[in-house]
Amino acid sequence: MIKQERMVVANQQEIAHHIFELTVKGELTGEMKAPGQFVHVRVAESFEPLLRRPISVASIDYANSQFTMIYRAEGRGTTLLSEKRIGDTVDILGPLGNGFPVEQAKQKAYLIGGGIGVPPLYELAKELNEKGIETVHILGFESKQAVFYEDKFKALGDTHIATVDGSHGTQGFVTHILNELPKDFDTYYSCGPTPMLEAVQWAYPEKQGFLSYEQRMGCGIGACFACVCRTTKSEMDYIKVCSDGPVFPAGVVIA
Amino acid sequence: MTNLTVKLPGLDLKNPIMPASGCFGFGKEYAQLYDLSQLGAIMIKATTVETRLGNPTPRVAETASGMLNAIGLQNPGLEKVLGEELTRLEQYEVPIIANVAGTTTEDYVEVAKAISQSPNVHALEINISCPNVKQGGITFGTDPNIARELTRAVKDVSSVPVYIKLSPNVTDIVSIAKAVEEGGADGITMINTLLGMRLDAKTGRPVIANITGGLSGPAVKPVALRMVYEVRKQTDLPIIGMGGIADIEDVIDFLSAGANAVAVGTANFVNPFVCPEIISQLPEKLHDLGYESVEELVGRSHRL
Repeated sequence: MIKQERMVVANQQEIAHHIFELTVKGELTGEMKAPGQFVHVRVAESFEPLLRRPISVASIDYANSQFTMIYRAEGRGTTLLSEKRIGDTVDILGPLGNGFPVEQAKQKAYLIGGGIGVPPLYELAKELNEKGIETVHILGFESKQAVFYEDKFKALGDTHIATVDGSHGTQGFVTHILNELPKDFDTYYSCGPTPMLEAVQWAYPEKQGFLSYEQRMGCGIGACFACVCRTTKSEMDYIKVCSDGPVFPAGVVIA
Repeated sequence: MTNLTVKLPGLDLKNPIMPASGCFGFGKEYAQLYDLSQLGAIMIKATTVETRLGNPTPRVAETASGMLNAIGLQNPGLEKVLGEELTRLEQYEVPIIANVAGTTTEDYVEVAKAISQSPNVHALEINISCPNVKQGGITFGTDPNIARELTRAVKDVSSVPVYIKLSPNVTDIVSIAKAVEEGGADGITMINTLLGMRLDAKTGRPVIANITGGLSGPAVKPVALRMVYEVRKQTDLPIIGMGGIADIEDVIDFLSAGANAVAVGTANFVNPFVCPEIISQLPEKLHDLGYESVEELVGRSHRL
């Protein structure tokens, strides 16, 4: 069930350049169903900035009723959020959307992320590993300064890093790494910029894949029709990224 | 006991608070969060004859205390709204105000005739003010003669009272209000969004794919309030006021300026529980101000 709750900040730290990890505690945690769901955060009590910010969930700790978000502080809203300290409260609406279908993977999965699309793949990797699925992580970042969670992913499986400027790992995009890797997996999951999702989709036309999309949102629950995408299923229909997604099977969304 | 009820043509409202059209879909999403029967009414999303896909994305952008949108009246079309959306809303004890949109007079007439016969539709809101569609929409709302004639045409076919939604994108909103009154409107809803734009600071490109969008949210409230006040001075038609309403204080302001009821729009996106919260706060607020009913408060600014 979707809840709105003033959740208490349990931890906040900058884990890479302008990248923050925020852990909040509250009952809403118990409502989370799947990795890849997101929450809608109100960053200020005032009306400036006005709209909530959709932020993905990087890990869920059901036992302690808390979850962790990772976001980039780049605009006014996320910068304000980065100023929250332990003990402060944050107005959170969630969980929202449909996450990654963990049960679809059989033996081995590729998790392919770009930039701020990497966080939801961490909870996904944890849950897949708990089910005995081998996970391989292919993660792309702008530069070494922006890389986060490399060791955490490594602890869960084979991990490859690409940076655009070549300051860490392979120079280039995640697709440069994908070209070098075997295709011995059954399912792939991906989250990141839309061009990256498109490239990943093209790389594995024969594989089962699930892609998490981004789109500018208003309400986050499906009422405002702002975050729509065209679909291959019908010319006369749009799907909503916030409530029908953000995760869709490969081949459904026309980006 | 404070009396929150409001009687308007076609509408026996248990309270004067309703979500505004375009900000509440067809109620399905908010029904996951609270019982819609608490609301005074629901103004559902605009309905057109055919399915409309709306505008390309990005369709929304944030501005200072406001939001620009160019959704473009996306909706599943008359047949599905009648057969699915309105039928589903029958489970709630709440009157529906159906927002009717089109690109020609014939479109408006066709939708108005059919949708007004739906059992839970108690009134129509005629959208002559959408700034985000290339044909129709706002052009009907900026010329008094065209607005008057469209009102007449819709009134002729509607089985329920007709409210006309006015655009703020005019020099003289009172002249449009008077024109729709002459055309036989049963009431006015006001205001729709203000036409605006935002540019990307790095590239200089418009942020919204449609280039321009409709501005809503707290930023537009002073404009909306002034317009409600001006129109109230010139007509006795019922007014459902809207434009930047986000809390109980805003509601009191609009009722004071002469609105008989109010609609809450963009604030639903900021706080999805804003409508039930305001409804629960209203009795105490009225009591504190020394009023026993909503209707006593309406238009108090004009009596000072």
